[in-house]
Amino acid sequence: MLRALLEPLAVPHRRLFNTWSRNLPDNLIELRDVDFSRGNRTIFRNLSLTIERGDVTAIMGPSGTGKTTLLQLITRQLTPDRGQVLVDGVDVATLSQAELYRLRQRFGVLFQNGALLTDMSVFENVAFPIREHTRLPESLIRHVVLTKLHAVGLRGAAELMPAQLSGGMARRVALARAIAMDPDILLYDEPFVGLDPISMGVIVKLVGQISDALDITSVVVSHDVHDVSAVADYCYVIADGGVAAAGTPAELDAESTELVNQFMHGLPDGPVAFHYDAPDYREQLLGAEKD
Amino acid sequence: MAVLRDVWTTFLGFLQVLGAMCMFFGRLVRYTPQVVFKRFSLVVYQVYNAGALSLVVIMISGLFVGGVLGLLAYSSLERFNAEDTTGIFAGLGLVKGIGPVFTALLFAGRAGTALTSEIGLMKATDQLSAMEMMAVDPMRYVAVPRFLGGVVAMPLLTAIFTSIGLLGSHLVAVEQFGVDVGSYWQQMQNIMDMDDVYEGITKSVVFGVVASLVAVWEGYNSAPTAAGVGRATTRTVVVTSIAVLFFNYMITAIYI
Repeated sequence: MLRALLEPLAVPHRRLFNTWSRNLPDNLIELRDVDFSRGNRTIFRNLSLTIERGDVTAIMGPSGTGKTTLLQLITRQLTPDRGQVLVDGVDVATLSQAELYRLRQRFGVLFQNGALLTDMSVFENVAFPIREHTRLPESLIRHVVLTKLHAVGLRGAAELMPAQLSGGMARRVALARAIAMDPDILLYDEPFVGLDPISMGVIVKLVGQISDALDITSVVVSHDVHDVSAVADYCYVIADGGVAAAGTPAELDAESTELVNQFMHGLPDGPVAFHYDAPDYREQLLGAEKD
Repeated sequence: MAVLRDVWTTFLGFLQVLGAMCMFFGRLVRYTPQVVFKRFSLVVYQVYNAGALSLVVIMISGLFVGGVLGLLAYSSLERFNAEDTTGIFAGLGLVKGIGPVFTALLFAGRAGTALTSEIGLMKATDQLSAMEMMAVDPMRYVAVPRFLGGVVAMPLLTAIFTSIGLLGSHLVAVEQFGVDVGSYWQQMQNIMDMDDVYEGITKSVVFGVVASLVAVWEGYNSAPTAAGVGRATTRTVVVTSIAVLFFNYMITAIYI
């Protein structure tokens, strides 16, 4: 049903792009030997990975391993200390601001908290990128916005303000906004965090169906193994500054390395220790007594 | 020695912030023509936001400040039997100094803090990042319209503050103490010239630039946390107040 609703969203230029893209290399996004640090803390060391055109690729890993940072590197919100981030064969670090903004028009980003513009209604939020980048007549903008909102099931909420939305609804509105310009690449930053099971189910379904219906290349950053596995074609597990494992969800599930096993099966202790680095417990307690 | 090193480090830090602020100001100015021509409605809305919504506090404060000025001028001049010149003191004081300075300080407290916290919260909730990812430059969409709104609103608010202040002074001197109404206004007209008015206008424009720049800068560079936005809002008031008093002295010295 939803697929049928989404199909009209595939506008002619997308079909053109898809025809053209058959002659392009399969890797739409590629990170080559990327180093990145924040202060003294190394986030990535020699990180290399590829994201294939048309796939849903999941980036998974324990908290604090740099999954969101990876998205920020792809969109050049951050620049690597070393190495290259290529989008469609172009090193994003070499782009001027105008070129970067042209590239970003090909991206749709779903932020963890939705990041809706709070002084605009739901309708205006979805219309915002269309108004900014096109000169479509108001009647056509209205048509496009309502189509996008219908696709995420929130056409009836068009006149609400972001403050009146639940977390799941806000996430869906943000998704409608992210696909408003028919992007080639959709980046999801922890799309399932803090949602109730129903909202989470809806978002999981939308991720898969939007990707199929619009033939979008999707990158989903999440630590929610089961839900991501349900929609991902390929997964990377990021840990210790690099790729700890990669493969299809089934391959990762069968992966025998300790870290991947711990992560995929949610084991409380293992290579990723339950306790943060600390001095010896006994010594610290006794030391406090002596003081 | 350690104290000297701390002072030197603080001074270097101050210079760094000042340099970054100047570059930020340069970007605001560079984008201004584009914003005025392409996003004029945003500027108009921000003039309303910073100006019209500050009117009540400006008018009430202007009335009381003018009243106090009338009281002080009358009580001092009465000792020399020169109470007819109360209008001169009220006029000169309000137009040349008190009007622009008080308006700027009130602006910092009301509109400046609102601007800083609004931009800071937009940053903390990823709204600015979302704009960047939608290929919309937040400098042009958020910062410049708010900056221009403040710059345009300040002279208008100053004019209103000064006018209401003169009315307050009139009420006290003429209506309460019985100073001749003709003397009150005539003396003011005779003594004041256009240079005095220009001085007031210059100050209000400079203060408008300073107060808006500080407010937008602080919001744009606030730490994206609740505490960070709070600190930025406080800094807006403190920095604007000091800068306004500094520029008030400089401009007064130039006009003398």
